[in-house]
Amino acid sequence: MAQQFYVSPEQLMKDRADFARKGIARGRSVVVISCADGIALVAENPSPSLHKIGEIYDKIAFAAVGKYNEFESLRQAGVRYADIRGYSYDREDVTARGLASVYAQSLGAVFTAEQKPFEVELAVSEVGRTQEEDHLYRLTFDGSIADENGFVAMGGQAEQVAEAVAGGWAAELGFRDALRLALRALATDKEVDTLPPTAVEAAVLDRDSESNRGSRRAFRRLTADEFSQLLAGEA
Amino acid sequence: MQQPTASHVAAQATSSFTEHLQRERPELLPYNRTLPAGNIPPHPHATTIVALSYAGGILMAGDRRATMGNVIASRHIEKVFPADQYSVLGIAGTAGIAIDITRLFQVELEHYEKIEGTLLSLDGKANRLGAMIRSNLPMALQGLAVIPLFAGFDTVAGVGRLFSYDVTGGRYEEREHHSVGSGSVFARGALKKLWRPNLPEQEAVAIAVESLYDAADDDSATGGPDPVRQLWPVVYTVNRSGARRVPERELAAIAGNIVESRAIAGREA
Repeated sequence: MAQQFYVSPEQLMKDRADFARKGIARGRSVVVISCADGIALVAENPSPSLHKIGEIYDKIAFAAVGKYNEFESLRQAGVRYADIRGYSYDREDVTARGLASVYAQSLGAVFTAEQKPFEVELAVSEVGRTQEEDHLYRLTFDGSIADENGFVAMGGQAEQVAEAVAGGWAAELGFRDALRLALRALATDKEVDTLPPTAVEAAVLDRDSESNRGSRRAFRRLTADEFSQLLAGEA
Repeated sequence: MQQPTASHVAAQATSSFTEHLQRERPELLPYNRTLPAGNIPPHPHATTIVALSYAGGILMAGDRRATMGNVIASRHIEKVFPADQYSVLGIAGTAGIAIDITRLFQVELEHYEKIEGTLLSLDGKANRLGAMIRSNLPMALQGLAVIPLFAGFDTVAGVGRLFSYDVTGGRYEEREHHSVGSGSVFARGALKKLWRPNLPEQEAVAIAVESLYDAADDDSATGGPDPVRQLWPVVYTVNRSGARRVPERELAAIAGNIVESRAIAGREA
């Protein structure tokens, strides 16, 4: 029987964390911004069908960076968790906090127990009736969870992007300004000032979806056309 | 840990909420239980639902009564529900199970939409509902039957379509109009005389309310319009722009007109 070399737990965890960080650093960034109209989610993503942003429940959205197969399985697990909870209790008993805590536990378990950690970072956001009731949770590959205020930036150039968002963020922004800010922030590591709407996928959680659209489902994906119109100020 | 093999992953991948519940939490399904021997005590029954097509869409209406033997169990019950953006369903039969099946069906459609990122086709929705009714067959044999009526707008074909079901989950596409529940024979008679092709929406709503009025006239388990408590039938229209609940105000006016015109006519029926 081959003798295994001793590796200290510190070293093991450090190696895993470095591995996950490298994987995430290769990915493109995602920005989630809480504003007066609701929550705007923008991801740099040239594919119109492989989404990084998704609807979880009435008021809850999901955004991720990293490996597609890993965050997609987490997204589906989140939808199942939320739908079962809403079906067995009530729709209003599904909260971002509960979902984020389940995600934190799964990511933590995979980080310590599996062959390799998930190379993903997630943002779980919930839109409230007022901006103070908005929740933004950021989850990292090792299961750490952070309750963020105002906005979240994740991905390869997260720090630069976060700085750019922080420079322009204000609580009273509308969707149009929040989306413009996100596009500018996502372009920080590039030679252009701002990204075109075709290079990103965008969605919003509408704070007043009941009165604006007659739907309790706040999540709305913006097509490239709708996005351009919104930016131009027509919608 | 052993990585799951490709076939295992494929077998686990489901976009159906019902299938997921069946695997993980079967106790949450409304059907799927074996009942011990014995007589089931009286329980509320939901009654009459009518549906008819009109120019550009389809509509469904239900009265507000649930009965338990000779007793009125509820005057306020709602038996027509939006299933998703482009479809509605109405239920007749054992109210307790029917309402849970409705909730399950609503989650089923929304779940598919969220997992797949696209809406299920109208035929797909109708088939899923049929499968749920078939799963309820053991309970139906114990006297706890649920019979739905399903209507939706087919966004591909651009028409409103209507489906009826039998207790075994058999699915039948209906033309023009249909009704289910205890007062359905009377409502159907009225619809046969009142319905005509390409009705405008306003008129179609009035015809649905009038057919329920006729059903309530002859069937004690169907409730008529109730001006004392301000209760009117629940009516949903579905067309290209989606499902819409007809406001109470409009229904009050329509019901008022029907009662008035019948009073003026002063005839037996």
